[in-house]
Formats: sequence, C-alpha cells, structure tokens
Amino acid sequence: MSPSPSDGSHGIRISRVSKVYPGTARPAVDDVSLDIAPGEFMTLLGPSGSGKTTMLSMLAGFVGVSAGSIEIDGRDVSRLKPHRRNLGVVFQQYALFPHMSVAKNVAFPLQQRRMPKADIETKVAEALKLVHLEPYADRLPTQLSGGQQQRVALARAVVYQPRALLMDEPLGALDRRLRDQLQREIARMHRELGMTFIFVTHDQHEALTLSDRIAVFNEGRIEQVGTPADLYERPETLFVAQFLGESTCFRGTVDRQAGVLRCERFSVRVPEAPETGSGVVIVRPERLELCADETEVPESHNRVAATVTDVVYVGTHHQVGLRFADGTTGMAMRLVGPPLPAAPGDDVTVAWDPAHQAVVADPAGAAVSVPEVRSATPVLP
Amino acid sequence: MSDAVKPAVGRDHALGWGLKSVVALVGLLLAAPTVVVVPMSFSGADTFEFPPKNWSVRWYEAFFNSERWMFSLLTSVQIAFLVALTATVLGVGVAFGLDRARFKGRNAIRSLMMAPMIMPGIVVAVAIYGVFLRWQLNGTATGFVAAHTVLALPFVVTVVSTSLAGYDRTMDVAAATLGATALTTFFRVTVPLLAPGVLSGFVFAFVTSLDEVVIALFLQTPDIQTLPVQMYNSITLEIDPTIAAASSLMVAATTIVLLVPLLVRRKRSTS
Repeated sequence: MSPSPSDGSHGIRISRVSKVYPGTARPAVDDVSLDIAPGEFMTLLGPSGSGKTTMLSMLAGFVGVSAGSIEIDGRDVSRLKPHRRNLGVVFQQYALFPHMSVAKNVAFPLQQRRMPKADIETKVAEALKLVHLEPYADRLPTQLSGGQQQRVALARAVVYQPRALLMDEPLGALDRRLRDQLQREIARMHRELGMTFIFVTHDQHEALTLSDRIAVFNEGRIEQVGTPADLYERPETLFVAQFLGESTCFRGTVDRQAGVLRCERFSVRVPEAPETGSGVVIVRPERLELCADETEVPESHNRVAATVTDVVYVGTHHQVGLRFADGTTGMAMRLVGPPLPAAPGDDVTVAWDPAHQAVVADPAGAAVSVPEVRSATPVLP
Repeated sequence: MSDAVKPAVGRDHALGWGLKSVVALVGLLLAAPTVVVVPMSFSGADTFEFPPKNWSVRWYEAFFNSERWMFSLLTSVQIAFLVALTATVLGVGVAFGLDRARFKGRNAIRSLMMAPMIMPGIVVAVAIYGVFLRWQLNGTATGFVAAHTVLALPFVVTVVSTSLAGYDRTMDVAAATLGATALTTFFRVTVPLLAPGVLSGFVFAFVTSLDEVVIALFLQTPDIQTLPVQMYNSITLEIDPTIAAASSLMVAATTIVLLVPLLVRRKRSTS
C-alpha cells in the first residue's frame, strides 16, 4: 500500500487526452486538458454523450487513452490497470457485493491491501461512522434503501484513503428527496476528508451546489472551466449559458466601434465587445428589471421594449415570460412580495446593467443545439 | 416512496374457480403416481396391493438386503455423480463462453446445446448405441457417463447461463477499483455469486442421470445396470413389490437433492 499523506489528497493533471472508440468517427473525448488541485471538488458537467463519463473512465482506467496522458502526483498513470491506480470509484448503480455484509463490503479494499485484521475493523467502523451507517454493519446490501446503499459505496470507496474519489452520476438512481440528502452528505464528506473529488453529472443543480470548480463538457471538449459563479455570471460560450441556468439571449451583429450589438429591431450596448461579427448578449433572469416608467431607468442601463407573455408563480418568485420586438423570447424573475409591474399582455421596458451581461460568439450564427437536460426551475446564483 | 397503488394481484382471490380446479387437477395428476407407489411400498402383502391392508417395511428390508438392488443403486449413484461433475465442468465453460465472448455462430451453438432436450430419447439412444458398439463403449462406465453427460449438459448450460445473465459486470469493475486483481475478483466475487446457479446445474445433471432409463437400457450388460434398468428388468420378469420400495426411495432421494439448491439460496438470503 502506498503511503498516503495526512490530508489524503493529490493533484491530477490531464494533458491533451483524446479517446476514439473503434468504429466511430468522432472522438468521444477530444484533446482535453484539465488540472485538478489537491483537495478540489471538480465536477465534469455535460449532457449525455458529451464525453464526461468517458473522461472519468479513462481516469479510473476502465478504458485506455487514445492520446495524451493522465498524471497523478506527477506520475503518469495512463497505462496502469485500474487496480493499481489507488482511486476510489462510486457508480450510479452502487455496485456493492450482494453476498457480503455492509462491513465486509467496506473491508474488501483493505483486505486487498493486506492490512492487519484489527486495523481493518477500526477503519471499517470509522468509515461507517462517516456515512452514519454504524448500526447497519451486519446487514446485506439488499436490506438497505438505495440511498443507504450508495452511502455504503461511498464508505467503501474512501476507506483506503485513495488518491481521489471519482463519482459517476452517483445520485442518478435516487429519487429527489434522497438525492438532496446524499448531496449534502457528499459535500460534508468532502469537507471532512479534504480528498480530491471528481464528480460526473448532467444535473446543473448538483454541479452548482457541490463544486469548487466545474468543467462543462460538450461534444468531447471542455467548453469552459470555472467556479460555479464564473460559469453562471460569465459564461464564455452560448452552450455554457444555456446549459447552466436560464437566460435571455439577444442575437445580433457586434459593432465594436459603436460599442453595440445590433439586433433586428433594436440595439444593445456592449461596453466590452470582444470582437466584430455575430454575437449573443446573455442576461440572467434575475438581472432583468421590468419598468412601466422608462424614466426610472439609470442612463447607463440597457433597455429593450417587450411584451409580457405569461407569468408563472413558483413559490419564491414569479417567472415573467417576455417577447421582444425581434421575436426573441426571454424570462425575468421577480421575487414574490413587491407587486408585479406588469400582467400578461402588457408592454413593458426591460432594463439591465450591462455589467451583468455576458457577450459570447454566436456559433456559426445559426441554430444552436439546446441542451436536452434542463431543470424546471431557474437557478439562483 | 414508490408505494404507489398496485393492482391487487394477490394469489388466492385473483384465481377464479375455473382456474383453481384446473390447477388442482394438474396437481393431482402430477402427484398421483407418488400417492400410489409410496403406500404400496409399505404393504405387508406378497404382491402389489393398493391400498395396502396391512403395513410393514419388509420390502425396504428386501431392497437393502438384495445384492442385486444394492449393486444397481451404487452403480446409479456413481454414474450420476460422475455425470454431474463432468456436465457441470463442461456446462459452466460453455455458459461462460456464450455469455462473455462475442463470435459468429454464438446463437447457433446456444440452440445446438438444447438439442438433447428436444430430440426424442429413443432416437438418441439408438444413435448412441450404434456408435458405442463400434467404439466398444457399451456396458462400460465411461459409456454411461458420456451418454448421460450429453443429456445433462443442456440443463447445466441453461441454469448457469441464467445466473450469468443476471450477473452485473460492474461488480468486476468495482472490485478492480478497490484493488482486487482479476483472479481475486473471480474467487471472491464471481464464484460466490454464481455458486447457487452452478449447484443447481450440478443437481439437475445428477437427477437427469439418476432417473434416465432409455439409454441405460441400451447400454446395459449383466455387469453394469443402473437402478432404473434393474427396476425395469425386475418388473418384466417377476412381480416383486421391492420395486415399490425402490421407487419410493428414488422419489425421496430426488426430492431431497432438488431441494438442496433451494435451501442453500434461502439460507443465504436470510443470513
């Protein structure tokens, strides 16, 4: 067994890794580089088929890399078999050994490391305590609920202090309430263990609430890496903006000299226009102000006329559906409490501070594939 | 969570009286021979008698004291054991190959494995007899074991294939991430999980050989006769109620053997 430092965490460096499965034209993972700091909670987020699970499989050693290298602690592990990598892996379907008790499942990796029996008992007890399952040590996995089984799998994957914990959609098989509960458990485990966690999901909520940083995958490539706030407030691509949270997207042509984005029927000010060409201005729903009286809007703000199409009450706030003059649809969010300035059918002025908008290139200026996985409620930053 | 409303597919009240009587009739037909033969074996009379007027265990004494009966019983058990062993080893290999390897003609082989179950026993028996005459395997233990193994193989392949189909390969992957080598994974994860299926296959093979009579009739010589053959010979030559005792013992033995995997599985799920 390799000696583990006291904090049990290590750095991982993914350099220009690609994976092409035999018989497929498009690489599943295409020239991906990513550095993961020791103790970091890194989420690989993306729709199905985006390459995030293939990336995790290459980290764990289930599939080989076609090109590039994976280093853990400065050591190239790309050619190592899974059982030599000393990583913990948690699967969507738990993958507990059904013929072994909870305690024996957790003891299994320690036995593989030829740990003395007394030490194994201590470690198993500690690991079960970590996931609050001490009373269930002698149960069989089939006698536990899905959430409990996944907690056993978590205990089993961290008990031998692996160099990092990899999780592949670990909450995917659970219902909503258990999912939220286990999400908090995972966050707590990360705090307590200080271990590097790599978490694969297609769920933006999970990604935003758990991660230190998120890598957004699309079509085998990383679109953007950043903190949840980075990704939400400063998306660098239209895909990232649309995959994480709701947004209103104005498409047009960037006029750099004038500092505006020219849309079909109006212009939007873009003080920091990146380049000339077709562009998209992205504004999050909570940044949009609805004004009946245009004079109240500060001079520096962008303003566009719109018609309210619908208002949906979702408990904490109202979602106000908008249609702009050029046909763009959008959404504003108003906290419940202050009276709404508009009802469906009303014409309003929509205003926002340009500091809170993001400008990205319009991919081909044409139709953009809308991610298939979207949450029903918008995400609060 | 998902205690959603389920349609009441209870056991008893969902069955109509028509279905109930059919079930009862089938059950009766299946049990009838046993219901007759077991009491008959405890009869005190010198000939077959049902229902018996007085009771005794004399026919069991006759059975266990007869060198001929005991010899055929021993022969049967030995052959059945060897058949079970051979068929299990081969059958597990075949099932693994069919489950884990991808090759052309896989489905053809799978179908072919079932042929001995479909072919009429007498056809198989005549064919084996003809071939074994030339190979000089008639009347040898090797001949019996080989012929019965062919019959038993489909059972083993079917049962083990079912176990393998239900085996989650993520388990192997998980074991690898936890530091287990392929060999350790096989012995600590795969084998224990497949053991009940393999045991069932073994038992099925054992029973298949134990009560096989058609091929055994063709292959018999005075030196080597299995219990069913001895029973058949006994009833064609003389009227000896010892056969009732022998039959009852067969029923009891087969039942016990078939219950073994069931009990093993139950114990496992409750321990």
